[in-house]
Amino acid sequence: MKTKREFIHNLKELPRDELLAPGSPLCAGCGGLLALRLLLKALDGNVAVVNAAGCMTLLAVYPYTPLRTSWLYTTMGSAPAGAQGIRDALDVLIAKGRLPREEDLRVVVLAGDGATLDIGLSSLSGAIHRGLDFYYLCYDNEAFGNTGFQMSAASPYGSRTATSPATPLQAAGTLQQKKDLFEIWRSHHPPYAATLSTADPVDLVDKVRRATRLRGPKLFTALAVCPPGWGSAPSRGFEIAKLALDTGVWPLKEAIDGKVRHTYIPQRRRPLEEYLRTQRRFAHLFSPQRQEDVLHRMQQAVDAYWDEVQRHEMPPR
Amino acid sequence: MVGEQGGTRRMLTGNAAAAWGARLARVEYIPAFPITPQTEIIESLAAWCAGGELAARFVTLDSEHSMITAAGAAAATGCRVFTATSSQGLLYGLEALWTVAGWRVPLVMVNVSRGLAAPITLEPDHNDILAARDSGCIQLHAETCQEVLDSVLLAYRVAEDPRVRLPVIVNMDGFYLSFTREPVEVPTPQQAADFLPEAQGEPEFRASRPLAQGVAVLQGALYSHFRYQMHLAQEAALAVHEEAAADFEQICGRRYGAVEAYRLEDAELVLVMAGSFATKARAAIDVLRSEGKRVGLLRLRMIRPWPAAAVAAALGHRRGVAVIDQNLSPGLGGILFQEVAATLARSARRPGVLRSFVGGLGGKDISLGEFRHVVDVLAAASDSEDLHGSELLFTEADWQQVQSLVQLAQFPETQAVPSDDGRSEVRR
Repeated sequence: MKTKREFIHNLKELPRDELLAPGSPLCAGCGGLLALRLLLKALDGNVAVVNAAGCMTLLAVYPYTPLRTSWLYTTMGSAPAGAQGIRDALDVLIAKGRLPREEDLRVVVLAGDGATLDIGLSSLSGAIHRGLDFYYLCYDNEAFGNTGFQMSAASPYGSRTATSPATPLQAAGTLQQKKDLFEIWRSHHPPYAATLSTADPVDLVDKVRRATRLRGPKLFTALAVCPPGWGSAPSRGFEIAKLALDTGVWPLKEAIDGKVRHTYIPQRRRPLEEYLRTQRRFAHLFSPQRQEDVLHRMQQAVDAYWDEVQRHEMPPR
Repeated sequence: MVGEQGGTRRMLTGNAAAAWGARLARVEYIPAFPITPQTEIIESLAAWCAGGELAARFVTLDSEHSMITAAGAAAATGCRVFTATSSQGLLYGLEALWTVAGWRVPLVMVNVSRGLAAPITLEPDHNDILAARDSGCIQLHAETCQEVLDSVLLAYRVAEDPRVRLPVIVNMDGFYLSFTREPVEVPTPQQAADFLPEAQGEPEFRASRPLAQGVAVLQGALYSHFRYQMHLAQEAALAVHEEAAADFEQICGRRYGAVEAYRLEDAELVLVMAGSFATKARAAIDVLRSEGKRVGLLRLRMIRPWPAAAVAAALGHRRGVAVIDQNLSPGLGGILFQEVAATLARSARRPGVLRSFVGGLGGKDISLGEFRHVVDVLAAASDSEDLHGSELLFTEADWQQVQSLVQLAQFPETQAVPSDDGRSEVRR
């Protein structure tokens, strides 16, 4: 069940303009890059991208940039503060008449899940708390991808990373639960927060467009299929992203002024295993022997989540 | 009260003087984060922004790391930016400091020096600011509250000059300046405007002209190219500062050099220092001079760029030179001594004796007796002496103070002497 789209209704209505030109050193099949491309389409340009250290830092390598927008690389832990400086400076310059209003920019932070949930959480929390008028895109590939896929606070329980290997001592690989970024955001009372998927570009663009009407922090996190880190073929990106939606492991939702609404509720969820089997980072759950307890726990977490959604958002059956 | 140069004479702390500097510079953006002993600066600015005396946007960030990033990003966008920090805060923001210097953006930051943890302390020494020595930021070290204010104005002229475009840090000592009132002549707004025009640079980030800033480089040659440009810009800042200082003298009547000499003309023995403790050295030099000793002071005001020519010219022909570092690089000794020694090693004339002393750590006083000791050591040393390490200035009275504090606390195991393993621990 999908909610009614407000601004665009099908792929044909996606903006044609490309603000992200082809040709970058990023990996084939990068889900984060696709999420960025769609977000920039939704914003129609006039953007300053403020970047935290991560895969996307390699977009602009001197003397080239594939972006038709402005760009500022900051540090790994303070991109939201960089956005604060640019936003505040633009406001000051416009108020003083030093910059014409039509030269104004939308300020977008671009950060991975490690920069978002680990090293940069304080800076991000501060920017939301201050009510900064900005956009935040977290491309969540569930690990520190650029350094070779080490565990981050977004790595899901049961996934294998370079620093949470699956061994007889820790058969599940990653033992921690993924931090809930959406709920961390919601606890800060931003006007808008949403999850995105590259498997549903219409939903993605619709949400970004909806957020543009609001002032303050507009926060997005996109599940970013990461072929080298996840151990999947670059060509299977769409299929894997779609499976994340249909198994329910990556819910599509938004919160406007804190009120949560799911924009896609899979009526008959597919077993989580179908998603897990597409990626080598979960291969240890199936071979050399099937880890029933881990798989059960992962499936249960998904089921419990949707039971809760059912109680709050679905009409009784 | 109207001062001699037309400004208003006020009794101001160093912190208030720094805030006045920012106000007279008509800064447009102030990202802030509190830390003792700097906080009075941002409190003053916050009050002026809230009260309308200063038309700037004041924003409290979540850390110094964020604060310096925001300061750099706003300066990169085109605003005139001021910020301030101290000690642990400077170190917390150090990564961002390197980053914004690399962006080649003009901003001015005041650092109020305070000794670094551990053990955590509040009073000053210069290890905090010297940790930022190689960041690419220009450093001006003030001795008085007047110099704090004037240096902030000078700093904007240097930072914003197209030949430089680097952040400038104005350093003052915590407590000795930050919380000490001195008479300060506050320039009139007209004087300030004559010296430093309104911020007017072309805004950098704008819709009609996309710009990628701070982009990665992946080749050593490119990296070397950009880093060396920072070095050249630092070198250019020496002349830019001279020009600005000359203009400042014309308008405000006070002159500042990269170094400052005190009773140096006929001095045989010279003390080299930075910061407010140079005032203690001046008083000691007056006493020693009255006893017939030909002693003088060279105060290092500009630490980066390093004024090598001025240092060599002032020191090369002396009989003895002692650098009193208010900092300690464990395992090496005084830091500025190394720079002075390296400069003199490359100059045609070298002093007969060159010694390193470390004093004033954590705000410990440097007494007349200690200055006398330094001068006596120089006077007694022979030109052909062996290698000497840094000597710590630490008196019998200091030692008594340590012992009596430990004994007052009545730890049986520490009644005779404080623990000598160097750990500041209290055990029950």
